[in-house]
Amino acid sequence: MADVKKIATRDSYGNALKELAAQHDDLIVFDADLAGATKTGVFKKEYPDRHFNCGIAEGNMMAVAAGAAAAGLKPFASTFAMFAAGRAFEQIRNSIGYPHLNVKIGATHGGISVGEDGASHQCCEDFALMRSIPGMTVICPSDDVEARAAVKAAYEHEGPVYLRFGRLAVPVFHQEEGFRFEIGKGEVLMDGTDVAIIATGLMVNEALEAGKALAEQGIHARVINLATIKPLDEELVLKAARECGKVVTCEEHSVIGGLGEAVCGLLSEKCPTPVRRIGVNDEYGYSGPAAELLKRFGLSSEHIIEVVKEFCK
Amino acid sequence: MTANEKKQLMALACKIRMGVIEGTHSAKAGHPGGSLSAADMFAYLYGKELNVNPADPKWEDRDRFVLSKGHTAPGLYAALANRGFFPVEELLTLRHVGSRLQGHPNMNETPGVDMSTGSLGQGVSAAAGMALAAKYQGKDHRVYTLLGDGEIQEGQVWEAFMFAHHYKLDNLCVIIDNNGLQIDGRVGDVMSPYPIPEKLCAFGFEVVEIDGHDFEQMESAFAKAKATKGVPFAIVMKTIKGKGVSFMEDQAGWHGKAPNDEQCEQAMSELRAQLAEVEAM
Repeated sequence: MADVKKIATRDSYGNALKELAAQHDDLIVFDADLAGATKTGVFKKEYPDRHFNCGIAEGNMMAVAAGAAAAGLKPFASTFAMFAAGRAFEQIRNSIGYPHLNVKIGATHGGISVGEDGASHQCCEDFALMRSIPGMTVICPSDDVEARAAVKAAYEHEGPVYLRFGRLAVPVFHQEEGFRFEIGKGEVLMDGTDVAIIATGLMVNEALEAGKALAEQGIHARVINLATIKPLDEELVLKAARECGKVVTCEEHSVIGGLGEAVCGLLSEKCPTPVRRIGVNDEYGYSGPAAELLKRFGLSSEHIIEVVKEFCK
Repeated sequence: MTANEKKQLMALACKIRMGVIEGTHSAKAGHPGGSLSAADMFAYLYGKELNVNPADPKWEDRDRFVLSKGHTAPGLYAALANRGFFPVEELLTLRHVGSRLQGHPNMNETPGVDMSTGSLGQGVSAAAGMALAAKYQGKDHRVYTLLGDGEIQEGQVWEAFMFAHHYKLDNLCVIIDNNGLQIDGRVGDVMSPYPIPEKLCAFGFEVVEIDGHDFEQMESAFAKAKATKGVPFAIVMKTIKGKGVSFMEDQAGWHGKAPNDEQCEQAMSELRAQLAEVEAM
């Protein structure tokens, strides 16, 4: 396993923008003084005339992007998840969401894995905030291959999209060849009927690792990647609940308002099923190396294994 | 400006004011005060300034207008209706369930509305985005946006001004309706935004101050706006809130209150008299 390639999905974002821009003149990019970190700088290097820095003014940036979209362009607006979903929530809700404009929000540095910068920058509330906006699509890709495909799908999609990317380099487990990404469709990565583990973002690889280890111990989990958190792939989740009878959700996000609650909301109405939610338990993060923080917050394959074994007793 | 042109604008402004009164009366809600202070500007924009086509509201090369002070939608709707974007009778559906005329402008509902607004401070940013997009697309249409003097208390407005100057948006014209009143009282007492022209100059705008009820001053201001290159342009217009209806003039209480039957009748008779006077000119 030492040879597994690791790439941060924020890098995938910058690279995908650059690739897409070659074919589409209507793609422009806004950033708020974080082009180096969000990786829109990769795009800027190639297309300096199509990259517009807005300075440290995220609210203005979102509404400017709305205006550009109203004029027929397809802008990507980028900053950290905290300042996109958090600070600019109301601009996104009223100037992008309500008029259903074609703005793609590229939010990097989502979750605890921001690491050393600590709680002020570790956004674990963005799924909750963005899911609550009518007509908003919410996507959190799991690795480089999926992230680049998701950026392209977001560009093709008519309407607002919130894309969450990570700062931390994470294993690339998807094969480039033959990979297809469809908004709203989940992906079964490992089959099984003892328990369904439904994950998003960097937790998908952890779920996969947990699935493999559990199989060796005789527990056969179905591991599902739900990169699209909204709209939820209801069919896939309901099928998993019916066939497995137990569901564990995993996300680098608060257990309040994210993937876990989206799954619980669906299941409680259409197929009541016991669920365990793995995520950040209604608390703030703190500074430290990302890998260590993920373990401390239980966002690891080890913790998934522990929860599943207890759940399947 | 010819005498006839001026007469027509004055008549249009009267009709817009009537639309504001009848619309808010019918809705039993809405914002007459700021709609009336800006009524002459709405008349000038839709009667003379804006290059728009009511038969093709989404025409790509049209000038854009963003009502950043979105609560004065009754004034915008009355201007659009009188310009032929939809029937004037529809103004009576303002704020009714199922109406295209929402309490605040919705670009997907109402023909002629270029941006959904209502949350203060955001429309000006969207207008800046449209102006930037026009430059990027190599188009020469212009973008106009109208803000309230209370609205500029929002920090985002100044973020947008900084952006407009930084990107040299000389195709953007910002209009500030300085009627001096906001919901809680005089803007100078609630949270002073003064001095407005000096602040805009410091943000790099070319600025003119005009009487917002004088069409000739509007004409020369917009001519100067078009001749200005390399920097955005701002018109700070002094107005009277509630202008045209005697009992509403300069009263903060008429910011967001609809006239009752009796008040509506009195306002309409005053406006009908004004219109008759203009038509007799």
